[in-house]
Amino acid sequence: MASPMTARVAETTSKPDAIVEVRDICKRYGDLEALRNINLEFERGKLTTLLGPSGCGKTTLLKIIAGLVPSTSGEIRINGKVVTGPGPERAFVFQDFALMPWATVLRNVAFGLELKGVSQAERHRVAKHYIGEVGLNGFEEKYPHELSGGMRQRVGIARAFSVNADVLLLDEPFSAVDEQNRRKFQEDLLQLVEKERKTFLFVTHSIEEAVYVSDRIVLLSPRPGRVSQIIEPNIDRSAAPDVIRRDKGYLDVVEEIWQGLRQYAE
Amino acid sequence: MTLFGMKIPMMASLLFWALLWEIVGRLDMIFLIPPMSSIITTGFDLVATNSWQAASMVTLRSFVLGMALAIGIGVPLGIAMGRFRIVDNIFGLWVNMFVSAPLSALVPVLMILFGLGETTVFVTVFLFAVWIIVLDARAGVMQVPVSLIEMGRSYGASRLAIFTKIILLSALPEILAGIRIGLIRGVKGVVIGQILVSIIGYGELFELYSRSFDMERFWALTIILFAAAMLLSAGVELFEKRIEYYAGAR
Repeated sequence: MASPMTARVAETTSKPDAIVEVRDICKRYGDLEALRNINLEFERGKLTTLLGPSGCGKTTLLKIIAGLVPSTSGEIRINGKVVTGPGPERAFVFQDFALMPWATVLRNVAFGLELKGVSQAERHRVAKHYIGEVGLNGFEEKYPHELSGGMRQRVGIARAFSVNADVLLLDEPFSAVDEQNRRKFQEDLLQLVEKERKTFLFVTHSIEEAVYVSDRIVLLSPRPGRVSQIIEPNIDRSAAPDVIRRDKGYLDVVEEIWQGLRQYAE
Repeated sequence: MTLFGMKIPMMASLLFWALLWEIVGRLDMIFLIPPMSSIITTGFDLVATNSWQAASMVTLRSFVLGMALAIGIGVPLGIAMGRFRIVDNIFGLWVNMFVSAPLSALVPVLMILFGLGETTVFVTVFLFAVWIIVLDARAGVMQVPVSLIEMGRSYGASRLAIFTKIILLSALPEILAGIRIGLIRGVKGVVIGQILVSIIGYGELFELYSRSFDMERFWALTIILFAAAMLLSAGVELFEKRIEYYAGAR
């Protein structure tokens, strides 16, 4: 198990606006080649989606960037520094929420700060602020099992915001949320992206979701996972959500991605 | 429960059997079954006697010591087995063997090793209770969700913090369930141990009463023991429910 904050300083070579750089990342599980020569840069303040069919290694790549899974070769740089483990500049949002069932919403949201040794008053203040931001005011003293799936993931997102990381890594955050709540959630996420000005890396297998929320979409091809295409949807997000979902540009991008991915469909 | 549209209280079945027992007892059919009312009055007299109180103290002492050792060794061993493969490999086979073994058969061996006294009873309690505590603690630690540990790591938790703040708390419902079953097994252990040693505690009393066909006292003592075991289990269950509530859905 890697100890936290193992970031070590290396020479900075990259463009100043790339906050996360992925260099020649390969990942093997024994004979299985999960990722082959991934090279990517993620721009500061943007929301980039990793999209691909199941088995393309998108979650593995996200976990390598998070420092939770070691890569076989290659390196990850955050703010120009090579990192080999988790660090305070990144926060992770889990597919299955990863909430502690014995702790209240407040304690779950404040947990990242608790681990950093922040005083209880201060971490509760920060946590309450983000509980409000994700729309869970009044649920501070509830336990996770008293919440719906969508609400639980809001707790997970509030926890990630609370530690004030530069980069938020979201691993299929809405896959366990039902469809209506999912749409509402996507809209709320866009508002948070606007407000918090952080860098988001987002893993999903939903094309519509990717096009709707992303500034940039990285398409991965499966077995072994490689970057097959990069698409920038350029959607005007100032429009109302319903307008966007019927916008021709939006629908065209969805179609373009589907054409790119249909070869992998069973 | 409702019967013919009438609400029947929980204790009804118990009362029904007590009544049936009373009738059979009054009919004087079998000397083994004296009337329930006389068993109960004997029970109250029994509790007041010095011999019962002394036996209770001896029993309680062996039980508490044996359980304390079983929990003190069982929980850490189970956690270590759940966390470290090598520990699991070393102890796994033995624990699984002992958890299902007829341990009563070992008591005579214990008597040779530890003598005809409290030590043997204390070791019997320990042997009856410890294995299930180990297995449940191990299962609890092994079912901690991987993502919860990853969550701890990604938010910068030290190994110690992951252990104390995530793994231990996550495994707590299983650990407590193991302790509850261990307590029940421990009660069996203390009685079986004492009966086989048969010169101390309740074992001595049981031996005395059954030999002298003092059925009132024999049954009174049995009922007291049953009630004590049930109360003990209910107490832990109450505590467990609070924990399960927090652990709710996972």
